[in-house]
Amino acid sequence: MREIQTDKIIEVVAKLCKDANYYLPQDVMDAFKDGLNKEESEVGKAIFHQLIENAEIAKQDEVPICQDTGFTVVFLELGQEVRIVGGELYEAIEEGVRQGYTEGYLRKSILKDPIRGENTGDNTPAVIYTDIVSGDKLKIIIAPKGGGSENMSEVWMGTPAAGAEGVKNFVVERVRKSGGNPCPPIVVGVGIGGTFDKCAQLAKRALLRPIGSDNKDPFYADMEKELLERINNLGIGPAGLGGRITALAVHIEVFPRHIATFPVAVNIQCHACRHKETII
Amino acid sequence: MAEIRISAPLSDEDIKKLNTGDKVLISGVVYTGRDSAHKRMVELLKQGKDLPVDLKGQIIYYVGPAPAKPGKPIGSAGPTTSYRMDPYTPELLSPGLKAMIGKGPRSKEVIESMKKHKAVYLGATGGAAALIAKSIKKAEVVAYEDLGPEAIRRLEVEDFPAIVVNDIHGNDLYEEGVKKYRR
Repeated sequence: MREIQTDKIIEVVAKLCKDANYYLPQDVMDAFKDGLNKEESEVGKAIFHQLIENAEIAKQDEVPICQDTGFTVVFLELGQEVRIVGGELYEAIEEGVRQGYTEGYLRKSILKDPIRGENTGDNTPAVIYTDIVSGDKLKIIIAPKGGGSENMSEVWMGTPAAGAEGVKNFVVERVRKSGGNPCPPIVVGVGIGGTFDKCAQLAKRALLRPIGSDNKDPFYADMEKELLERINNLGIGPAGLGGRITALAVHIEVFPRHIATFPVAVNIQCHACRHKETII
Repeated sequence: MAEIRISAPLSDEDIKKLNTGDKVLISGVVYTGRDSAHKRMVELLKQGKDLPVDLKGQIIYYVGPAPAKPGKPIGSAGPTTSYRMDPYTPELLSPGLKAMIGKGPRSKEVIESMKKHKAVYLGATGGAAALIAKSIKKAEVVAYEDLGPEAIRRLEVEDFPAIVVNDIHGNDLYEEGVKKYRR
């Protein structure tokens, strides 16, 4: 068994929280530049210029790309030959989030109770997903998720008869109804199959894929391409003010389904497509 | 695209000059307010009480900024989605609120109410929060400090960039822009 100290985990999580919020991933920056070349609307081009400049300011001044520094979503891949020492794993994650959001001057957006409110003051608790994998490493992915784009997301319990066409129509309609609200140009995460909750998780996971990467199955890679074209034909454009580029990418992830069910989830990600990871 | 400089307090005459699609640069005072502050203000109005700030001729910016780093007036400060404020907006327009800055479309009721009270809705670029913060020179909490990022702040801004989405003639940039590029 390889031992990993909780102190190390706290330090890594705190740094990842700050880095994820300050530094826009290179694949997203490249997608902005590509989008700027393809955009036909003058307003849309101006928005792309603003987004590129904004990311440069955030990086240089080490300030968040967006004031909504999100719900801290944490994906853990824990090798089964790892033993956590010095404390509890989840407590260490929460402490890392607490330190990162406080030291990093990141916004605290979490209310203690969904109805009665009251800010927790340190952006905890995080939403944590853990996969137990082979090996003796711990991979930590931090993906701060903003509220504006999360609000435009949806799970649809379709019927098996809906098929591929039903999925595509649901995804395109979800984006059309969202308009400028989720801060386009967006990344669209789609989960198909599994259960009600599983497909939502698949859609969220899909957002972690590098922009421009295709699903490994050519059937779904083609569906991604078709959906991206249909979404960009909606005309919503950067900031929703009209234009060619509404989405930077569509990522589909699938899972086997029950013979009676047909769950489809769309998780919309704003252009601040933030995530950072470290392997300990 | 016309570029117009505006500053609060705004009169009906100032508002009449603004047309959908115009680029505006705002200087002077802007108040922040979002979900919880709106709820509290509308509750005060219902009880016939005064608001914590006089909104006559003023501009509200829908934002919950990130905390300021030492030596900076404010942290990153981009707009939040405006439709969440729609249920409260008509009641704030009647005491004289003249402009709102946010992102995303407004409801029919809000658009009608803006026409009636001669007010405009301005769009700022969602997510351009570090860039927008550069135009904010001063920030102080003036009400509801307990709400943290949702407290009402008085901002002093210089050349804050926005675009007129809804003017008083009922035009809507979101609708027009999208129609032009839909295929």
